[in-house]
Amino acid sequence: MARYAGDSTARLGFALMRYSIFNLVRQALSGHRAWGPAWRDAAPKSAYDVVIIGGGGHGLATAHYLAKIHGISNVAVLEKGWIGSGNAGRNTTIIRSNYLLAGNNPFYEWSMKLWEGLEQDLNYNAMVSQRGVLNLYHSDAQRDTYARRGNAMRMHGVDAELLDAEAVRRMLPFLDFNGARFPIHGGLLQRRGGTARHDAVVWGYARAASDRGVDIIQNCEVTGFIREAGTIVGVETTRGSIRAGKIGMAVAGSTSRVAELAGLKLPIESHVLQAFVSEAIKPFIPGVVTFGAGHFYISQSDKGGLVFGGDLDGYNSYAQRGNLPTVEDVCEGAMALMPAIGRVRVLRSWGGVMDMSMDGSPIIDRTVIAGLYLNAGWCYGGFKATPASGWCFAHLLARDEPHAVARAYRLDRFATGHLLDERGVGAQPNLH
Amino acid sequence: MNASGPQESAQPNRLAGAGLIDRIRPLSFQFDGKRYTGFDGDTLASALLAAGVRLVGRSFKYHRPRGILTAGSEEPNALVELRSGSRREANTRATVVELFEGLEARSQNRWPSLALDVGAVNSLFAPIFVAGFYYKTFMWPAVLWEKLYEPVIRRAAGLGRASTEADPDTYEKAYAFCDVLIIGAGPAGLAAALSTARSGARVILCDEDFLLGGRLNGERYEIDGVSGPAWTRQVEAELRASPETRILRRTTVFGVYDGGMSGTHTFAALQRVSDHLAIPPAHQPRQRLWRIIAQRTVLAAGALERPIVFGGNDRPGVMMASAVRTYVNRFGVIPGRHAALFTTSDDGWKTAFDLAAAGVRLAAIIDARSVVAPVLTEEAKRLDTRVFCGAQVVDAHGSRALERITVREDAGRLSQLQIDTLAVSGGWNPNVALCTHLGGRPRWSDAIAAFVPGDVPRGMAVVGAAAGSFSLKDALREGAAAGAAAAEATGFKSVKHREPRVTDELTAVVPLWCVSESKTKAFVDFQHDVTREDVALAAREGFSSVELLKRYTTLGMATDQGKTSSLNGHAIMAALTERAIPELGTTTSRPPYTPVALAAFAGVHRGKHFKPTRLTSGHAWAEGRGATFMESGEWLRAQWFAAPGETDWLTIITREVRAVRSGVGVCDVSTLGKIDIQGEDAAAFLDRVYINLFSTLPIGKVRYGLMLREDGLVLDDGTSARLAPQQYLMSTTTANAAKVMRHLEHARQVLWPELDVQIVSVTEQWAQYAIAGPNARRLLERLLGDAIDVSNAAFPYLACAEFSWRGVTARLFRISFSGELAYELAVPARYGDAAIRAIMSAGEDFGITPYGIEALGAMRIEKGHVTGNELNGTTTAADLGLGRMMSKKKDFIGRVLARRAGLADANRAALVGIKPTDKSARLYAGAHFLTLGAEVSLQNDQGYVTSVAFSPMLGHWIGLGLLVRGQERLGERIRAHSPIRGGDVDVEVVASVFFDPEGARLQS
Ligand SMILES: Cc1cc2nc3c(=O)[nH]c(=O)nc-3n(C[C@H](O)[C@H](O)[C@H](O)COP(=O)(O)OP(=O)(O)OC[C@H]3O[C@@H](n4cnc5c(N)ncnc54)[C@H](O)[C@@H]3O)c2cc1C
Repeated sequence: MARYAGDSTARLGFALMRYSIFNLVRQALSGHRAWGPAWRDAAPKSAYDVVIIGGGGHGLATAHYLAKIHGISNVAVLEKGWIGSGNAGRNTTIIRSNYLLAGNNPFYEWSMKLWEGLEQDLNYNAMVSQRGVLNLYHSDAQRDTYARRGNAMRMHGVDAELLDAEAVRRMLPFLDFNGARFPIHGGLLQRRGGTARHDAVVWGYARAASDRGVDIIQNCEVTGFIREAGTIVGVETTRGSIRAGKIGMAVAGSTSRVAELAGLKLPIESHVLQAFVSEAIKPFIPGVVTFGAGHFYISQSDKGGLVFGGDLDGYNSYAQRGNLPTVEDVCEGAMALMPAIGRVRVLRSWGGVMDMSMDGSPIIDRTVIAGLYLNAGWCYGGFKATPASGWCFAHLLARDEPHAVARAYRLDRFATGHLLDERGVGAQPNLH
Repeated sequence: MNASGPQESAQPNRLAGAGLIDRIRPLSFQFDGKRYTGFDGDTLASALLAAGVRLVGRSFKYHRPRGILTAGSEEPNALVELRSGSRREANTRATVVELFEGLEARSQNRWPSLALDVGAVNSLFAPIFVAGFYYKTFMWPAVLWEKLYEPVIRRAAGLGRASTEADPDTYEKAYAFCDVLIIGAGPAGLAAALSTARSGARVILCDEDFLLGGRLNGERYEIDGVSGPAWTRQVEAELRASPETRILRRTTVFGVYDGGMSGTHTFAALQRVSDHLAIPPAHQPRQRLWRIIAQRTVLAAGALERPIVFGGNDRPGVMMASAVRTYVNRFGVIPGRHAALFTTSDDGWKTAFDLAAAGVRLAAIIDARSVVAPVLTEEAKRLDTRVFCGAQVVDAHGSRALERITVREDAGRLSQLQIDTLAVSGGWNPNVALCTHLGGRPRWSDAIAAFVPGDVPRGMAVVGAAAGSFSLKDALREGAAAGAAAAEATGFKSVKHREPRVTDELTAVVPLWCVSESKTKAFVDFQHDVTREDVALAAREGFSSVELLKRYTTLGMATDQGKTSSLNGHAIMAALTERAIPELGTTTSRPPYTPVALAAFAGVHRGKHFKPTRLTSGHAWAEGRGATFMESGEWLRAQWFAAPGETDWLTIITREVRAVRSGVGVCDVSTLGKIDIQGEDAAAFLDRVYINLFSTLPIGKVRYGLMLREDGLVLDDGTSARLAPQQYLMSTTTANAAKVMRHLEHARQVLWPELDVQIVSVTEQWAQYAIAGPNARRLLERLLGDAIDVSNAAFPYLACAEFSWRGVTARLFRISFSGELAYELAVPARYGDAAIRAIMSAGEDFGITPYGIEALGAMRIEKGHVTGNELNGTTTAADLGLGRMMSKKKDFIGRVLARRAGLADANRAALVGIKPTDKSARLYAGAHFLTLGAEVSLQNDQGYVTSVAFSPMLGHWIGLGLLVRGQERLGERIRAHSPIRGGDVDVEVVASVFFDPEGARLQS
C-alpha cells in the first residue's frame, strides 16, 4: 500500500502538484499557470497487464485501486468518449448504505466508508456531503418494511433512525402535511447518507490513477475482443488492438452491447432513467428526500439546483433521453410531496441508460470466458457503489477471487436462485 | 422619428411617440421597494431601463453588478424575484416579464442591498475562486466540510429564494393535434403560417412573446411598404380569420419528444396564460402545458445574438446590439445617453442607425473588421459618427455601471471613451435547440460562423434565422416555401402567393470571439461568472472536450443553458487547443428550451388529486357509522368503527374482534380484486396460472389458490369460484389486483394466445361484504329469505352461488378470512349501499358489528393467514407452508424456476408464529430474529417478523414471521431484535395458527 516514490515523475513527464489551499493561493498569485493536466491524456500502448473497458466511475476506481492496493499499474482504462460521459456524469449523486439484505448491506457500507475517506485518499475534493437520506413512509405496512430495513442496517453497525411524522415535519416543514393524498407517516433516516459531486468523483479517480501510472485513454471505443484458444487476450478498439492479461468490463448502460461483442448474453436489460435539475435557488432542502407514495426523490446541489428524479421510462432503450409522460409523473410526485417548489423552474432534464439486472443487484464476477471479468447490473444505484465497486473489482482482477463483501454478486445467481431482490419485485427489470 | 427628450421625469429614458406600448395605460410597479411607472406593453426590463435603472442584479460567484443584457428569454443577467409570499418566483428574467399594475420585483443574491452588496468581496478573492477551485481545497479537516465549508458555499450559491408555501395557483394540461406546427412568429414563421393556413391545413402557431412579429417588432423593417409591426397585424388578422388556425401567444415550445403520428414527434409547449396578470382570473390556470402532436413542423425560432468576450463586458450598460434596437424601436426606450457600438457584423450597424434615428448620436462605432461595406461607413459619416475599423474594445470600466471603455484602434493606439451604453454584436447563433432534443447534431457553417441545423427531427423544416438565413427576404421566402411544402405533405393544396417586397440587407460577419488584450475580467458565461481565464485553466488541466469544459467550469449550465455563452467558450477552447470549432463539437441542449415551472408539469395532479381516490359503494354508509379511513393503495378503507366515547384503537379493535367471534360482524371487502375469466379454456388457463388444480373444481365451489411469478416466487393468493363450466371468478388481494390482472393479460396474450379465454376486471362492478361470526347464517337466512338456501347442507363451506335476490343478481361465497362461519355476499356495485344497509338491519337483532381492516388483520393473524406482509415478493410457496399445494400433475407458471437450488434450500426462512415469553410485551413488525445468545450481526440474522397484532382472543401480542428452518424450531425461544423501535423481546416460536387450529368454526 506504500505510496509510490518519485520515480513516477520521470515516467509521467510531469510532477503532479498537490491540491491544497496553500498551492491554490500560491497559484493565484501567478495566474494559475503551473497547474498541469489533472490526468494524462494517454495514447494506447500495445499491451497492458489489465485493460478496463469503460471510463466511468467504476472503471476509473478499479484502476485506482489496482494500482494503489494491488500494485498493478500497467493498466489502461479505455473510454469511448470522454471520461464520465456515461452514467457517472448523469446521475443524481445520491450515496447511502441503507440496504436490507446481508448480501448487499456490507458492500454498500464499505462503499460509504470509502466515501468518507475519499478526499484524503484521492487528494481531490469530491464534495462528499453527508446531509442525510430520508425515505418517507405513508402507511403502516411501509413503516414495517422500513423498520425491517433499519434493523438490518443497525445489525451491521450502519446508522438508521425511524422518524415519526412529527419528526419529519420538524426537519422539512414545507412538505405537504395538510392536504396530501397519501399523508406522511414518517421516514427512515440515514444521516450518513447524502450526495457527492459526480464529475469530481470521476476526475478525482482519474487523476489519482493516472498519477500512479494508469493510462486513461479517451475516444477509444472497444469494438471487438481478441481470442486465442478460447481465452480473451485483448480488445479491438477504434485506436487499434490492445492486448491484455485480463480484461475488466465496467460499461454500465452499454453492458449488453459490449458483452455481445464477446458473444455473451447477460441477465441485463437496458432502460432509460431521467434526471432533472432546477434553476439554482438559495438553500431549501437540506438532505435527500424520497417520496414513498410516488416516484420522486430530490436533493439540492451545492450550486443551488434542485436535483431530482423518479421512475424509469419503462421500455428498453439505448437512447440517452426520456419522454414526457415520465417527466410529468416525476413532477406530479414533486408537487404531491412539496407543493412549495411549484414555481421553481426545471432547467434541464436528461436520460441515462441503466444496466438493469434481473434482481436489482449488481454483478462483480468472472465470466464464462477466461480473461474476461464483469462489473455490471448497477441499475440506478451504482453511483454510491463507485468506491466499493472499484475496490472489489480490483480485488477480483488482481486475485481471481471475489472480495468478501462482494461474494453475493455472482453471475450465476440467477440460475441458482440465490437472488438479491431488495424490494421483492422479481425478474422484471423495469420494476426494480 | 426625430430627436426627442425625456418624456417625464419618472421615465427619463422614454422616447416620445415611439414603440408598441400603450401610453394611455401607465402601470405602476416596484423594484427593490422603490416605485416606478411604465406602460402597458412594457416588459419589466424595458420599464426599468425607461426609469433609468441599470443595476438589476448580482452575479453568482463574484457578486458583480449586473444589468440588462438582452431583450429576450436568453437573458443571463437580469434575474429577479417576482411577486411575493406563496407566489414568489425566483430567477425570473426581467426581459420576459410583462408589466402589470402593482408588479413587485426584487433583486437577488445580494446583502444588505443591491448597490451595497457585501458578497462583492468575493471579487477580491477572484484570483483564488477560479474554475473548479473547490475541487482543490476544503479537504482538511474532513469534518469541517459538512460543518463549515459546505454550508458557507451553499448559502453563497443559489440565486433567488423559493417560496416555502404551497403554490396557490392552478395549472392545466391540454392536448392538440395539427397538420402543421409552426414554432416562432417572426417573419419566417408568419410567412409559413400564411401559406399553410391558406391551404386549409390545421395550423398551430406558437410564439413565446406576447406580441407576434419576432424581430419585426425590434427593427425598422418595411414589408410591402408598411412597417414590420403593421404587416404583422395584417397577417395576424388574416390568420385569426382562418378557421383552422390556432395562434398561441406567450407559448414556448420547449421540447421535442419521441412518439407522434406516422413517425413524427410530440412537442411540449408551455402557455403562460396568466403570468401577465397580478393573479390568475377566476377559473383560469396560471399556465397550461400543451402536448402537441403535429404531422409537420416548421421551426422558425430565429437566432440569438452573441456577445463578445472582452474585459468588463459584464458591466451594466453593455448590451446586445439587437436588444438596444428592441428597446428603442419596440419599447421607445433609450438605454443610455452616451452610447457606442462594438460589432463584428454588418447587422450591428443597424443599432447605430436606429439610435441616431431616435436622436442619440453614437460616440463611436467600433468594428473589429478592417474592411467594412462602404454603404455602412458612408451612412455613419452622414450621421457624423466616428468609425473605428479594425479596432476592438479592450476593456469596459465603471463601478456599478459602465462609465468608460478603452478602445484599441487599428494602429494599436489605445483611446478612452466616456460612455454609459455599449451595444455589442458578435454575430448570430441560429436557435437550433429544438433540432437537437432527439439527438440530432448541428452542423458548423463557416459562412455565418455558427452552428446551423444538421440532422433535424423527421417532418421538421427549419427556416429563416433559425436556419442561418439572416436576411428578411430569405426569412420570408423560406418560411412561405416551407409552409407550402408542409401543407402539401399533409394532403392540402398550397396556394401560390406573391412574395412580399422588402429591401436588401447586409449580413456579413467575421467572428471575433475574444479580445485577447483585455486586462480585466472578460466573461464568457455571465451568470456563472466563467471567464476567459477559466476556459484557459480548463484547457491547461485537460478539460478540453466541450462536455468536460462545461462540467469543470460550469460554462453553459446557468439558467440560460449557455444560449449566450457556450459557443464563445467553445471557440476560445478551440483556439487554445489549436482545433477547429466543428472538431470540438458542441454540447447537447436538453429540454426544456427555457425553464418551466415544476407545477406546470404536474398540472392538476397534486394534493388530493395526486392519484384517484377509489371509494367502495359502502363508503357513505361507513362514513355515517363514524368509520376512520385509511389508504389502501388508491382505495380508502374503513380502519375501524369507533363507538361513541371510544378513543383507543386497541379497545375498538378488541371490541370488534370479540363481537365477530361471539356474534356476527360485517366488513366491506369490495376492494379485493375480482377478475371474471370466461371461455372454453378458462379451466386450463387457471391450471396454468395457479400452482394447484382448478379444472377439477366443481361448479358452485370455491377453492383457495396460490400463483407464482415466472421466477418461482409467490405472486398472490386468493380464491377462485367456478360459477359455470366456462366461467370462473378470481379474487386477488387488494394490493395486487392490478399486478395479477397484468400478469394474466400477459399470459393470455403473449404466452398462450391460442387459448380461448377472456378476462375482465370486475372489481369496480361488485360490492362485496364479509358477514362473519357464529350468527352469520341466521343473519343471512333473515336477509335473503328464500332467495337461497344457506343451510350447512345446502351451502357448505366453500360453496358459491349466483342467485336472484329482490330482483338483483347476487352472489354468495362461503369463504372465511376471519376463521369464523362466514359468507361473502356480492351485489352489483350500484346496490352496494342498499345492500350494506339491508345487512345491518337484518343483523340488528343479532347485535351485528361493523368491523374494519384492523380487526380483520388481527383475526387473520390469529388464524395464521398470509397477506401482503408475507407475500412480499421474496417468499416461495414452501416458505409459507404451502409447498404441498404445488401440483405435480401439471405445469404452471413458476414451476421450473421454483426448483432452483436457492429457492428449494431447506435453510430458507419459513412461516412461523411467535408469542412473547413475557405476555405483557409488545411485538413489532420488522424485528429480526436472533438465536438466543448470538451476537448481533447480519451474519447471525435468522429471519424477521412480518406481521404483529394484539390478539383479543389470547389477550397478548402475537406475530407471524419468517424464521430460518422455522418449522423445525417450534417451541424454541429466540430473540426478536428491534433496535430501531421497541427494543428486543424474547419470543417463543409456535405454529402459525393461534386460534381454532382445527378450523371447526368455519365449518360449523
Ligand atoms: C438519471 C440517473 C440517476 C442516477 N442516480 C443515481 C443516484 O442518485 N445514486 C446512485 O448511486 N446511482 C445513480 N445512478 C446510477 C449510476 O449513475 C450508475 O449505476 C453508475 O454511474 C454506473 O457506473 P459507471 O459510473 O462506471 O458507469 P458509466 O459512467 O456509464 O461508465 C461506463 C463507461 O463505459 C463507456 N463505454 C461504453 N461502451 C464502451 C466501449 N465499447 N468502449 C469503451 N468505452 C465504453 C461509456 O462511454 C461510459 O463512460 C443514476 C443513473 C442515472 C442515469
